[in-house]
Amino acid sequence: MREGSLSRAALRAAAIVLALLLATLVMLAAHAPPLAAYANIVLGAVGSWDVAANVLVAWVPLLLATAGLLITFTAGLWNIGIEGQITLGAVFTTWMLRGLQASSVPPALILACAVVAGMVGGALWAMLAGALKTFGGVNEIFGGLGLNFVASALNLWLIFGPWKRPGVASMSGTVPFPPALWMVTVTPQSRLSISALVIALLGIGLVYGMLRGTHFGLRLKAVGRNEKAAYLLGVPTWQHMMFSFALCGIFAGLAGAIQVTSVYHRLIPSISSGYGYLGLMVAMLANFNAALAAPVALFFAALNVGSIQLPIVLRQDSSLAGVLQGTLVLFVLLAQGVRQKLTGKGAT
Amino acid sequence: MSLDVILVGLAGVLTSAAPLLFGAIGETISERAGVTNLSMNGKILLCAMGGFAATLATGSIVLGFLAGAFIGGLVALVLAFASITLRQSQVAVGFVLTLLCRDLSYFLGNPIMGATGPRLSTLRIPLLADIPGLGVLLFRQDIMTYLSFLLIVGVWIFIFRTRPGLLLRGIGERPSAAYVRGANVNRLRYLYTIVGGAIAGLAGPIYSLSVKAGWKGTISGLDGMGWIVLAITIFGGWNPFRAAFGAYLFSFLQWLGLVLQPALPGIPSQVLQVAPFPLMILTLLFVNIGNAEWVERSLARLPERGRKRVVKILRALNVKPPSALGTPFEKE
Repeated sequence: MREGSLSRAALRAAAIVLALLLATLVMLAAHAPPLAAYANIVLGAVGSWDVAANVLVAWVPLLLATAGLLITFTAGLWNIGIEGQITLGAVFTTWMLRGLQASSVPPALILACAVVAGMVGGALWAMLAGALKTFGGVNEIFGGLGLNFVASALNLWLIFGPWKRPGVASMSGTVPFPPALWMVTVTPQSRLSISALVIALLGIGLVYGMLRGTHFGLRLKAVGRNEKAAYLLGVPTWQHMMFSFALCGIFAGLAGAIQVTSVYHRLIPSISSGYGYLGLMVAMLANFNAALAAPVALFFAALNVGSIQLPIVLRQDSSLAGVLQGTLVLFVLLAQGVRQKLTGKGAT
Repeated sequence: MSLDVILVGLAGVLTSAAPLLFGAIGETISERAGVTNLSMNGKILLCAMGGFAATLATGSIVLGFLAGAFIGGLVALVLAFASITLRQSQVAVGFVLTLLCRDLSYFLGNPIMGATGPRLSTLRIPLLADIPGLGVLLFRQDIMTYLSFLLIVGVWIFIFRTRPGLLLRGIGERPSAAYVRGANVNRLRYLYTIVGGAIAGLAGPIYSLSVKAGWKGTISGLDGMGWIVLAITIFGGWNPFRAAFGAYLFSFLQWLGLVLQPALPGIPSQVLQVAPFPLMILTLLFVNIGNAEWVERSLARLPERGRKRVVKILRALNVKPPSALGTPFEKE
């Protein structure tokens, strides 16, 4: 058993080294200085308190998205529609804030209502993908993907149409909300909100506990492993799937609500910022393990924030972060396959 | 709008459907063999960038297309190795590849952003090009559009009218039966995944050297096309002719949206750009709903005559994927 875990660690390390090697080759091919690029990413992520705080700001939505995805993955579902669920969360939050901002309701209550509205929005959008799968036979990957594009269209239409800034509508989003409706941040200039951070950590903790220690988690696992067998054993399968979609949607919607209330203070065109797709990668790299998801998500957030300066300093595209993340996940998947092949165990 | 303008517009519909056709038919071949290649969206971007870069560097359009096919085949090889040899989930590997290829195309394509290069010229077919109406529509296209017509017919004949095509269907439907009859299932799957990937890879250079010439990074407007291609593959029921119908329908509706835009000033252009996607969901709903259990149950309650009619319509629309799609083959 010890030997097994040792070879597993060795293979993982080999995968990471190979991934870095490939990324370095890619940089050389693009005539980018690899060492300078790596140094720039590291400095861009931990070089000062400000950028480190930005990493935490990016960690929050990524962690929430990953937490939700762990639920759908457990049920055997590929919830690619999570991007749209984040967007709808942001849209519902904005809608609630706009509706109540002129009223006499206390700001704290408005904020709470807005966050709940975001969770409802995310859940509804997720259940739409779930309904398409359950009642329409549309694979959740394609249903979800289509709904992502619909969500971004709806978002754009709102920003350029009914919710446009007085005068001229622009890609910079809707009119910012008054500071009374912002989530409290560590300093007035910062975008880091301690309450958002606590919510995200509570979220992943909740999912960890739910999947490990509850009856519901166990049944969800049964549905994910073998839908037919679970059904025959009396687990209401489609209800479980639908519920896991809704739960994931709640987490996604929460991420969207936090982006609006604590990061941007308004609705912007690409409000989901790709955190949903990135969450899918985090879940895969963490091998669908909730305990590992938090550090992996932190690392991916650091890569994203660290590469922001690349275009300015090195005239390289910031998509380098995505290249690094992609090669890492790819090689870890390959290493997992090699290990299964060597130990003679089939894919799970 | 005069007839000439409409004809030129429709000819453009055929041109812009060509990359969708190469993509969907390449994917059809791969999926017929039992391998879903979900990397399409990123792959098209990477092949578009790679093809354009190769043409810029060498001045040769042919090399640009070869580069696209090569990259498409290479990405498919990675997927085949991971899913057939290492038995990892096709969906997982495909999804990672689609994101990785997209970011690779943006990163590597950064230096050639906005560069102008050669583009595919139209090839008038002598005599036929002068037929009134039809000439404008069909015979003043570029070579890849002509090839896309041939591809539909050729691949259909291959899949449904030849022995290797029968075997291709066999390894996707009942691999164990094909294996018992002496077919090397996994080797054939490798072959068809790579061939399908290379054909689909051509979709990239068709964009960057013809339909939307050049490389403009994130604003190329190509991001998302690969997902449409995958949806067309399903809509097409893994049949080249039906896939062609899907590609032309999609391309036609996109053109219609463009034509109608001035008449609908209230709708921002960003919304019209994503209009195809709800359409994609609806079409997938139409072709899949016949598979849902509750439909069958509620149909049983309908009166005899009405039921027959509904069942007929559902049957005509319905598609079923190859039975072994997505599952690795194990000889036992």
